Amino acid sequence: MAEKVIKRPDSMYSEFARKGGAAPTATHYCPGCGHGIIHKLIAEAMDELDIQDRSVMISPVGCAVFAYYYFDCGNLQVAHGRAPAVGTGMSRARDDAVVMAYQGDGDLASIGLNETIQTANRGEKVAVFFVNNTVYGMTGGQMAPTTMIGEKTVTCPEGRTAEQAGYPLHMAELLNELKAPVFIERVSVSDIGHIRKAKKAISKALKVQKESKGYAFVEILAACPTNLRQSSEESIRFINNQVEKEFPLKNFRDISDCTVPLFRGASDFSKKSLDNIFNLEKDSSLDSVDTPNFGDIGIKIAGFGGQGVLSMGLMVARAACDEQYHVSWYPSYGPEQRGGTSNCSVVISGEAIGSPIVYEPDILVAFNQPSLEKFASDVKKDGVIIYDSTVGNCDHIIPEGIKSISVPATKIAMDAGSKKGANTAMLGIMLATGRTKLPPEAFNKALDETFINKPKLIPLNKKVLNAAVKWAEKNIK
Amino acid sequence: MATQLIKGNTAVIIGALYAGCDCFFGYPITPASEILHEASAHFPKVGRKFVQAESEEAAINMVYGAAAAGHRSMTASSGPGISLKQEGISYLAGSELPAVIVDIMRAGPGLGNIGPEQGDYTQVVKGGGHGNFKNIVLAPNSVQEMCDMTIQAFDLSFKYLNPAFVLSDGVLGQMVEPLKFPEKSISPEPDESWAVCGNAETKHNLVSSIFLDFDQLEEFNFQLQEKYDVIQNSEFDYEEYKIKDASIILVSYGISSRICRSAVDVARQDGIEVGLFRPKTLFPFPGKELLELARSRKCTFISVEMSNGQMREDILASIMYSRPVELVNRMGGNIVTLDGVMKKVYEVADREN
Repeated sequence: MAEKVIKRPDSMYSEFARKGGAAPTATHYCPGCGHGIIHKLIAEAMDELDIQDRSVMISPVGCAVFAYYYFDCGNLQVAHGRAPAVGTGMSRARDDAVVMAYQGDGDLASIGLNETIQTANRGEKVAVFFVNNTVYGMTGGQMAPTTMIGEKTVTCPEGRTAEQAGYPLHMAELLNELKAPVFIERVSVSDIGHIRKAKKAISKALKVQKESKGYAFVEILAACPTNLRQSSEESIRFINNQVEKEFPLKNFRDISDCTVPLFRGASDFSKKSLDNIFNLEKDSSLDSVDTPNFGDIGIKIAGFGGQGVLSMGLMVARAACDEQYHVSWYPSYGPEQRGGTSNCSVVISGEAIGSPIVYEPDILVAFNQPSLEKFASDVKKDGVIIYDSTVGNCDHIIPEGIKSISVPATKIAMDAGSKKGANTAMLGIMLATGRTKLPPEAFNKALDETFINKPKLIPLNKKVLNAAVKWAEKNIK
Repeated sequence: MATQLIKGNTAVIIGALYAGCDCFFGYPITPASEILHEASAHFPKVGRKFVQAESEEAAINMVYGAAAAGHRSMTASSGPGISLKQEGISYLAGSELPAVIVDIMRAGPGLGNIGPEQGDYTQVVKGGGHGNFKNIVLAPNSVQEMCDMTIQAFDLSFKYLNPAFVLSDGVLGQMVEPLKFPEKSISPEPDESWAVCGNAETKHNLVSSIFLDFDQLEEFNFQLQEKYDVIQNSEFDYEEYKIKDASIILVSYGISSRICRSAVDVARQDGIEVGLFRPKTLFPFPGKELLELARSRKCTFISVEMSNGQMREDILASIMYSRPVELVNRMGGNIVTLDGVMKKVYEVADREN
C-alpha cells in the first residue's frame, strides 16, 4: 500500500497572501466553521482531477466572500446572489473554463434564488457549492431561508415560526424538479464519515465540469457555531440530529454517464462573415452624398394600422437612399398608435437631416379621414395632399389654396390584381407628381428591395405602381 | 463601402458585431427589445454567445462574468431596466471591468410609458449605482452614430477598464436612416494581465471590488477619480452647428439635438443668430468648451432636453452660472417640438433686442 502523505492541496495557496495579517496560514473563518473543510475538499478534488489551471472560483457575498484568499486558481468576487449569473457569463465566454460558484444560504436561496434556479434550468456548465448552515453568517446571524422551524436566530429570537416566516427552503429538492441539472447531491461535513462522502460528491460535481457536461449542485450542511451560539460539539450534534432530519442527505440525481459533453464553439470575428450576414455584397447602396441645392422634402404618411402606412414610408426612404440622398424614416409610436391610426415621417434631403419628425409636410398621404383631419392644416402652402377617395368628399378639410388629389388607390391596386397594394398605388401617385424629385427607376428598385424575400410580389407591385402613374397622367391636372 | 437603410436599434447590434462583441446578455423591455431580437438573430450565426437572461440583474452579471474573462460583452435595456442593473454597473466600475450598456431611454418615473424621454441622464451620467464611480457616456443622434458609438464604447471601455454607455432614446431606436457599414471588424484577444480566462496564464488574476482596509479603499477611490480626470481631459467630444456668430446657443444631445438643428436653420432664416452645441460625450461633459463659449461673447444658452432639466445643471455648473441657461423641455413620452424650441428662441431674441 502506497504511503499517503496528508498535505495541503496544490489548488490551495500555502500562504494566504491576499488575506494579509499576522497569521498568513490561518483562514479568516471562525473555529468550528465548515467553510475551511469544504475549501480543502474542493481544492483536493481540483488537484485530483488536474483542473487547477482551468478553474475559476466565484466568491459570493457572505462569509466565503474571501474564498479567493485560498484557492490557487482564477478568482472572481461578485455581487450578493449573482454568482450563477456571473458563472453563466464566464462559462459562455470561456467554453473550457471549469466554473465554480461558492454560495451560502442567504446568497443562493434568498437574494439569488432566481439566478440559482434559472442557471440550473439552463444547464449551465457551472458547479454550485451551496453551504447551508441555516443562518446568515457575515451579516450577524439573521434568519436564513433554510432556518428551521423553532430555530432561534437574531431576527427570529423566539424561533422561526411557519406563520411568521414560512418553512425552510429545500434547495436540492427544488432544483431536482428541473430537467437540465446533471448532478444534485446533499452532503454534510459534520464529522469524518460525512466528510468522506462530501468529498466524493464535490469531486463528482467537478468531474462533470471537467467533462463539460453541464450543471452540478452540491448542498453541504455545515456548522456555524458562532452565529448559532453553539460549541463545536453542539454544532455537530445539531447537524446530525436536527438539520439532517430537515434536509436529508442523499444523491438526488447523477445522469453524468449518459450526458454528452456540451461544447459551444468558437466565435467568428471575420469581417467577411459579418458582411455575409447583412448581405452587403448584393444589397447595399452607395453612401449618401451632399447635394446642397436639393433642399428638404418632408413627407407624412398616415392611416389605419394595416394599410401599409409604415411600409410605404420605408419604400420612399429606400428610393431616396438608393439615389444617395440623406433620408430618415420615423414611425410614430406610443400614444398616437392607440385607436389604430399610425403615421410615419420621411425626410429626404441634400444635407444632414435635422428633425426626423415632419411638422410641416411638403407631401401628405392620408389613407383615412382622421389622418386627413389631423395633418391637413400642417401641410406647407405649396405642398400637396394625396388622399384615398374612399374617404369621400373632403373638400371642407383641405385648407384653402393647398393642392389635393383624391385617389382611388384601392381600386387602382385591385384593377392591377393586388388586394393589398393601395399603398403601392399611392407611391405611384407620389412618383407621378414629381414632388419627391426621385426618378421612376428608384421607386422600381425600392420595390425590388422591399419584396426581396417575397419575389412573387415584385412584378405585381410594379404593375400597381405603373397603373397608378398612368392614372395620375390621365387624371391629375 | 456599403450603405443600407437600417433601424437605430439594429445599428447597435451591427456596431457590436463589427466591434468584436462576443457575448450579448439581455432582458426584454420596450423600446429596447429590438436590440435583444437582433442579437438573438445574428450572434449565433457567427458563433457569438447570446443568452436571454432571467432578469436585468442577471443580464448585467452575465456581462460581468464575460467581461471578467476579458471578452467584449454587452447588454441593452431601457430606464426601468437600467435602474435594476445599477448594482451590477457599480460592481463593474468597482472591479474595473470593461462592458458596454445601451440605454434606449423611455419615459418615467416608475413604469411611466414606452414613449421616448431623456430622463435617465442623471442615473447614467452621474454613475447611478452606489459608490464614487462614473460611466463613460456616449450620446448618438443618428442611426450612423448608434452603430459607430457602440464600437467606440467598446474601445473606450477597454482603454479605461470602465463601463461605457450608449445613451440613446426611443426615437433613435425606432428611426431608420442610411447606415454606412463599418469598414473593419475587430478580433479581440483577452488581456491576460488582468482577465480571468480559466487558463494557466491567468490563474493568479483576481477580479474583485472589495477592499477591507479603509485606507486602501480610499486610495482606490482616488485612483478612480484620477482615471476619470484623464477621461475628462482626453475623451470629450462635441459638435457645433453655426455657432460662430451665435448669441443664442442651443445645447442639446440625442434626438433633441436633431430638432435643434432644424430650429437653428429656421431661426437663421428669420435673421436670428442661433447656433447648436451638441455634446457627443456626456461623461466626459464638454464643459470647458461651453465655458469658453460663455466667456467669448454675451450669449444665452438654451438647454433643450426631454427631461426635467437634468443636463441643464451640468451646463450651469460648467459655465459657472455666468450666463442665463433657459430650458426647453418635454417629458412623459413627448418629443421636443420645433415650435417649442422656436417659441423660446423668439422669446430670448425679443428680450435681448
